[in-house]
Amino acid sequence: MKQKFSSFIKKESLHILRDVRTMMIVLLIPVVLMILFGFAISTEVNNLNVAIVASNHSESVRQVADKLSANPYFSFLGYIDNSDIDIKLRKGEVDAIIVFDKDYDRLLSQRSQGVDTPPAIQFIFDASNTNIAQTGAAYLQNVISSDLTHQEMLNLHLLYNPQMKSAYNFVPGIMGLIFILICAMMTSVSIVREKEVGTLEVLLVSPVRPIKIILAKMVPYFLISCINLATILLIARYLLDVPMSGGMGGIITISIIYLILSLMLGLLISTIASSQVIALLVSAMVMMLPMMMLSGMVFPIENLPTVLKPLPYIVPARWYIEAIRKLMIMGLPFSAVLKEVGILIFMTFAFMGIALKNFKNRLE
Amino acid sequence: MSAIVVENISKSFGKTKALDNISFNVKRGELFGLIGPDGAGKTTLFRLLTTLYTPDSGRASVDGFDIVNQYRSIRERVGYMPGQFSLYQDLTVEENLNFFAALFDSNLKNSYDLIAPIYRQIEPFKNRKAGKLSGGMKQKLALSCALIHHPSILFLDEPTTGVDAVSRNEFWDMLSDLKNRGITILVSTPYMDEASRCNRIALCNEGRIMRIDTPDNIVATFDSALYAIKADNMYQLLLSARNQPGITNCYPFGETHHLVVDNNFDIDSFKTAHADIKGFDIMPMRPTIEDMFIKLMRQ
Repeated sequence: MKQKFSSFIKKESLHILRDVRTMMIVLLIPVVLMILFGFAISTEVNNLNVAIVASNHSESVRQVADKLSANPYFSFLGYIDNSDIDIKLRKGEVDAIIVFDKDYDRLLSQRSQGVDTPPAIQFIFDASNTNIAQTGAAYLQNVISSDLTHQEMLNLHLLYNPQMKSAYNFVPGIMGLIFILICAMMTSVSIVREKEVGTLEVLLVSPVRPIKIILAKMVPYFLISCINLATILLIARYLLDVPMSGGMGGIITISIIYLILSLMLGLLISTIASSQVIALLVSAMVMMLPMMMLSGMVFPIENLPTVLKPLPYIVPARWYIEAIRKLMIMGLPFSAVLKEVGILIFMTFAFMGIALKNFKNRLE
Repeated sequence: MSAIVVENISKSFGKTKALDNISFNVKRGELFGLIGPDGAGKTTLFRLLTTLYTPDSGRASVDGFDIVNQYRSIRERVGYMPGQFSLYQDLTVEENLNFFAALFDSNLKNSYDLIAPIYRQIEPFKNRKAGKLSGGMKQKLALSCALIHHPSILFLDEPTTGVDAVSRNEFWDMLSDLKNRGITILVSTPYMDEASRCNRIALCNEGRIMRIDTPDNIVATFDSALYAIKADNMYQLLLSARNQPGITNCYPFGETHHLVVDNNFDIDSFKTAHADIKGFDIMPMRPTIEDMFIKLMRQ
């Protein structure tokens, strides 16, 4: 019996190994996504082009300019004339302009003596990209206000991700996505392929319970996903410097539970879909998109309209991503994610139950 | 005891009646042919007997086991070759065989004796992927896979469709050989000329069985005179022949038209009527199974 099962696994592995292109895609997707989201697609604002308008380049103005030049988030382009503001912004040569009042030095000294003064600095932003404008304005304000002595100090303290690195936000999200993609999509497509090609017909007319063959199908995909898990964790740790302070053991444990859950989801999809295309569409459209939207990976769950608020509770990725965030970024111990683990295990068994109930031993 | 017993089986898909109250028996060790065009219900019948479908009404048993309640026992002892090529195209010949052997708790060595006459012909290509085999070789591989667990009954759904004439002939030789080893074989084919290779045949059309008998007996019941006619312009001949008195039916048959006639037919006046048609010729024909099939279809 054991030998039988291993020969099924062998057959399945051969299918995967023979399809080199698909295998390469499956192994490379995580790497590409991690690097894309980690470096290229980033919500951080880097190299913001800033120019300064000042009628006299006093010591205090130059201090601000020096600060900007030294800051990696800004590129200081130099001083421009008042009349150039509009042109420079329109041409897109600058993203932001700092305008100093011509009485800046006087106002500054008055303010330091406790006199209430009108504002002496103006920021002009190109807000065609609101993201850049908002984040940039906040950065800029930080830089300037740290320079203004005796100003009301705003104490902003960012926990867990003090540099607001977007990689910290995306790594758990990508993990939630990738495993659904590989486990659910690949297994469901490969099971449905047997239906479509007609091999399932022959498998059914044999003494082996077809569910055994299908469970054997999951083993190689599980192994591939484990490789992906290792790649993702290595890239996250050593390339993106994600802290993983909650301990590797916990992250791996919950990831493996999530892998099995995704496999069961794939099995479930395969019992519904009648063709490979449908299996693909169901996995991609019905599973992946809502997972991206409702898991908190892209949009905060808190922002959802009230009607949709209950939906994220049934999205497995949401629980997984939340748990990974706690373990990876917040550095909480495994005991802090027991609720998520419980929910994921429950969902795994629920999917498995429905899939096995749906699975047919005949063609109709 | 009969190997296959089918009693009043009906099966519908939506409004289409695929099988309409079908009954027949297949004796042990018999090579039984289901002959009929596409859409006759042959594949549905195969899927019922291989326990892939359940019937709407009626009952059937295979090797003494009921197709609904005892389907597990049936699946252990039958070999099934579906109409569509159903092996793994990306696996090699040998990998396919090994997989199917494992499926039935057997191995290539144990079954080598039985499948040797067939497998030997494709053995030189055992490292070739199944998808890269020719049509005839694919069928031989599929048959080898269906035989690997020494089944007592073999179900072959249109095994010779899409196979060249020489390979078809070879294939039927193999089936005769398997039959001589005591394996009951139910085979379907749309090719009427293959019917004579079976012990008994059932002529099926539109979900019904029109007649069951040995090929010889079926031909013998053809009770009308039959002629073959030809001319240079075959279409013109067909139209004019149909207008003559005493003609029951006239239809294209290979390179000639077959002419089924009744007692009012007079061959001399028929010849006179067509004397001016270029290349006209008429000769008496022995009826074939196809003639019988066409006759039955008209009734």
